[in-house]
Order: sequence, then structure tokens, then C-alpha cells
Amino acid sequence: MARLAGATLPDARGHFGAYGGRFVPETLMAPLEELERAYRRARSDRGFRRALVGLLRDFAGRPTPLYFAEGLTRHLGGARIYLKREDLLHTGAHKINNCLGQGLLAVRMGKRRLIAETGAGQHGVATATVAAHLGLVCTVYMGEKDMARQRLNVFRMQLLGAEVVPVASGSRTLKDAINEAMRDWVTNVESTHYLLGSVCGAHPYPMMVRNFQSVIGWETRQQILRAEKRLPDSLFACVGGGSNAIGLFYDFLRDRRVKMIAVEAGGRGPELGQHAARLSSPGSGDGSRLRQGSGGRARPGVLHGTYTYVLQDKHGQISTTHSVSAGLDYPAVGPEHAYLRERGRVEYTAVSDEEALEAARVLARQEGIIPALEPAHALAELLKRAPKMRPKEIVVVNLSGRGDKDMDILAKTLPPGRGGQAGQA
Amino acid sequence: MARKKKPRKRGKRASRARRAARTNERAPTRGRLRAAFRRRRRQPLPLVAYVTAGDPDLKFTEHLVVRLAEAGADVIELGVPFSDPIADGPVIQRASERALKAGTTLSEVLKLARRLRRKTPVPLVLFSYYNPVLQMGAERFAERAAAAGINGVLITDLTPEEARPFVGAARRQGLDTVFLAAPTSTKQRLRALARLSRGFIYLIARRGITGARTEVSGEIRAQVKRLRRLTRLPVAVGFGIARREQVAALERIADGVVVGSALIECCEKAGHGEAGLEAAAQLVRELKAVG
Repeated sequence: MARLAGATLPDARGHFGAYGGRFVPETLMAPLEELERAYRRARSDRGFRRALVGLLRDFAGRPTPLYFAEGLTRHLGGARIYLKREDLLHTGAHKINNCLGQGLLAVRMGKRRLIAETGAGQHGVATATVAAHLGLVCTVYMGEKDMARQRLNVFRMQLLGAEVVPVASGSRTLKDAINEAMRDWVTNVESTHYLLGSVCGAHPYPMMVRNFQSVIGWETRQQILRAEKRLPDSLFACVGGGSNAIGLFYDFLRDRRVKMIAVEAGGRGPELGQHAARLSSPGSGDGSRLRQGSGGRARPGVLHGTYTYVLQDKHGQISTTHSVSAGLDYPAVGPEHAYLRERGRVEYTAVSDEEALEAARVLARQEGIIPALEPAHALAELLKRAPKMRPKEIVVVNLSGRGDKDMDILAKTLPPGRGGQAGQA
Repeated sequence: MARKKKPRKRGKRASRARRAARTNERAPTRGRLRAAFRRRRRQPLPLVAYVTAGDPDLKFTEHLVVRLAEAGADVIELGVPFSDPIADGPVIQRASERALKAGTTLSEVLKLARRLRRKTPVPLVLFSYYNPVLQMGAERFAERAAAAGINGVLITDLTPEEARPFVGAARRQGLDTVFLAAPTSTKQRLRALARLSRGFIYLIARRGITGARTEVSGEIRAQVKRLRRLTRLPVAVGFGIARREQVAALERIADGVVVGSALIECCEKAGHGEAGLEAAAQLVRELKAVG
């Protein structure tokens, strides 16, 4: 298990076992190497660390509380449930942890411009925020489809001074936004840092973003030890690219008795194009139903510079995906997740759009917290399992973002007479 | 161990003969690619023409390749369309979308190559992103490509670091492996990719994606110079080559030029029929008339 402990992974070329690496046009190799060098230097630089810790505390609002969800615990009548409140961070999601880190790095590297892709808009907002704070120019690429369903975040980015570029190619979602951002980067690499928002893409991004996000699990560990005098029995997180999940899990990988459950978007059903479940294995939870007997299975392949599980057709063309939550709507997954699945360290499962929406409603009513639709997936899996757990068991869910951005979608699910009509607009 | 220093000390002629002997024993087509760049004085600069296979359908591509070869293209790059072409600008993106909409797959492109082989002797280089090749399986892909009469393969998003398994498979089938060199590639990287390259080296003319807007800069000259010290392979320059002035400027620097987006735009503007074929052929003739 010690080998899982991540201090040793990835290897020098960015591999997590068979996964990861660098699969990019030669033009991007020099900038990736430059970035890796700069990151390794910064990481061991005390001034950099101090600046980052300061911003995380005073600007972003760390540490975030680990909140004992009494209402939800009572409601489900099983395990003791804790919520890691990343939703309370500035900009409303865990994305800011990584953006502050990379933003400071960009300044150190002498870059004057940040570019980013965004799905739900949370990463775009966090990047625009950091750019404004550090005085950098900012361009955010966003799929047209995502711009329509996360309008509020588009306004926020524009208010922060970022240019939001609609991407009309392909599926008009996150994957196409990444394509566009990579094209921009390769063209303007001298002045520009590409602030990738998840543990995807070519080395060093999966390693670097994981390390910036690992503050989540690092805090959680101390907080739960203080509150319960022991480690949790299981951790729950949603997985799109996988940054909030790896952020929570990373500091616990060595603790064999801590179970980890990562929840993907099961979308509307098992057919290719209807979901974004890449790693959930048949036989686990609802994943089996979602995946059974369909061509909708992910296989290892190369997308956006890394070797990992990818939803694709049999000819190797990347598939479109569907999820009610834009942040999980992505055909590939971080390479370290592919590795953790192969090692059996993390259990991957999926829940449907409906289940996620229902979970968001439950949390709102039981705790007075409206979650984003992404962590609502993790909550949905918890709703299924918690009642069957023993009352002594301790569970931590990463509440990676708040639901403000999803109001349009959530409003449509309200029963008529309770504002349900308002959502039709 | 003594082998390490040897290649650079070899005389030009001896090295060429030895290499030819080595390459010819497996596949008769081997070496054809490299030979396409051999040029006598006052002959125009060899031209590599890129076309996206299946844009807007495979029938058109078949006619187009034949016409371009007749017009004087020395090598044809047959692009396999991919859903996420991160190295390509809007023109080739559009072409890829049209080709995918028509249902073009890697398998179909290989069949097209086989048909083309019967019609024209022009050397063919398959140009693809890695994932379609990976899904077919590197070994199976190399077998099928060689059987179809393909001479070389260029994988856009495969760098020397990750290329070992693929290069092995290609070598076993006598396929040349062409690698991209960038203006930003360090000497160390140039050496690695020169070592794995066969046929020719494709030097990207500028930072950025494909598309017609490059100015021939001192940067290219310097990078070609660096490559010359590392390899005897011909160097073809591409990305953003569309006009006669650019070809003229490269005349004394490179061993060849690659034209892609500009050809696709010709067909787009004139329509994917006889007019489009003629417009593309005309561009090739123009670019070959330089010098």
C-alpha cells in the first residue's frame, strides 16, 4: 500500500501505473516542461508556500469547516455524516484552491495572461477571480451548451473582467472548451499560462492540481481526528475530472481502513452519450444497471494529453456525454483515478440525474444547505448507503460546491405551486 | 558500445548505401518517402500535400489525391479525422467534422489507401491522432497500413517519450515513422525525435495550430540548422504555408514544404466537385512553379 502513497507517484514522466503521461503535439512539450520545472521549484520555495497559504486563508477562506450534519444523520438513521464545506469557499467551490496555486505560479513564471476551460463555470469563475486579484488578463473558454445552462457564472466571469469565449464545436461542452484552450495556449505560450482546472491533461497537471487540492483531505484528517478521535470509515466525493475527489482522498490513501467511494454521473441511462460514467464497474451499486449490456463503456485511450479511461466509440472517436451537472459532463477522467480503480483502492459508482436532483432537495430540506449538482451525486450515493450503515460509522462527504449556479435547473424540479412554474422561463 | 559514435562519423555516401540496403530488405516501399525529397539543382522544392480523408466523403478524397499527385505533389499526407483535433486550426477542424459526419473511420481510410495505391505511385503518409490507432491496436494498425501500401505514419500527439511501442510495431512492418519538431523543441528533444524518425522530419513552422498565416522567420532557419547537425533526414516545413512567397523563402532552407489548410480551403470555396479538385491542383502547380 505504501506505493499508493502518492509521494512517489506519478513517476518522472507523469505515469500513474499505466496511465497518465504526455500525449501532446511537440509544440506543447517545451511549455509543459517549463511548467513542471517552475512548479517543482515553487513547491520547495518557502516564499511561494507562505504566499499561497496566506491567500488560501485570507482570500479564499480556509480552513473550511468539517460540519457534522445532524439533521441528515437523523433523517437517514445510519452513519454519522460529516460534510466538508468546500461550498463555503470564496467563489463557491473547491476550484479556488487550485486556481490560487497556479495563479501564483503563473506570476512567478512571468506570465501576464491566464486562460482556462470551464464546464459548470466554477473553475472559470475561480480563474477570473484569481486573475483579477493578481492583475492578470483572463480568457475563459466555455461550451455554448454550458453557457446556456450556467448563465449566472458567465455573468460573474464577465463582471470579474474575464473574456468568456463561447465554443461551438463538437459537443459544445467541457471537452471542446479544453480543445480550444489548448489551441490558445500553444499559440500564445510565451505570455500565457493555461490554468487547467482538474486532475486531467498532460503531466504535470494531474500531479500539480492534485497537490494543490490535497489541502482538502489534509484539513479533513485533522478535523475528524479532533472531532471523533479517529479516522472516518468512508469518504464520498463526485468525479468529473476528479480534482475534488482526489483532493479529499489523497491524504487518506495510506489508511487502508478508510473506504473511498467516488461517484460519477450516470445521466439518463447506459447508452453511449447518455452518461459520463467512465470508471464505475459493473456490479457496484447502480453502476451495474447503468452500464449493463450497453456499448456505453469507457476504454483506456488518449484524450487531452493523457492516457486514461475515455468514453469513445469503437473507432476511437471521443463520445459525447450527458449529465444534468455540467461539471461532471466529461468523457475522460484523471489518470490517477484510472490507476486507483485498477488497484482497487477507490470504489467507483454512478447515480442518475434524477437521483442527484433528489439528493440536492434532501440536503436543502434537512440541513439548510443547497449543494451544487456535482456533489449532489456524492450525496445521492450516500442516501442509498447510509441507512444500512451502523450508527457508529463515520462518513465524510466532500461538499465541493454550492448550488447557486444550478438554481435554474433546480427550480424546474420544484413541485407546481412552489415556484415550479418560475423555472419554466 | 562502439556503435554509439559511429553513425556520425560515417561518410555520406556509405551511410546512404548502407541505410538503403538495410531498409530495402523488408519492404520494397521503404525508402520511397525519403527519396521523394531528393532534389537536383533548379528543381522546385518538393511539396507535401495534406488532405483530410473523407472530407466531404472518401470518393472525393480519392479523386483529390490523384489530381494533386498529377499536379506535382511529391508526397500525400492522408489525414485521419478525429473528434478532438487539438493541434488543428478552424479549417482542418471543419474538414474533420465533415469527414466524421460522413462516417469516415481509420479502417475506411486504410481501404482508401489501398485503392489509391493502384492508381498512383505517390508516397503516402498517414497522419492521425493517437487514439484511433491505439484503439485498433498498434500492431494490427501497422500490419494493415503496410498491407495497404502506406509508406509512413505521423501521429500528431505522440512524442518520442511515449512512442516506443508504436515505433516498434511500425518498424516491424517497414513503415517510416515521421515525427514533429517544433520551434520550441530543445536540442535534447530534437535528438530524441531525430533518432526515432524515418523518411523525413516535419518541422512545425511556428507556435500554434494549423492554418494559413505563417511568416518564414529566422527561428525556422535556426531550427533547421540544429536538425542538420543531428540527422541526414530531409526536413519538411509546414503549418501555415499557403503562398508562393513562403515557399520561395523556404527554398534554400528546407528540403520540402507541407501545404494543408490552404488546399482544404480551396475545395471549400470552389465546392467539393470538379471545380474544387481543379482549384486545389492549381494551388499545387503554383507552389511548385516557384524558383
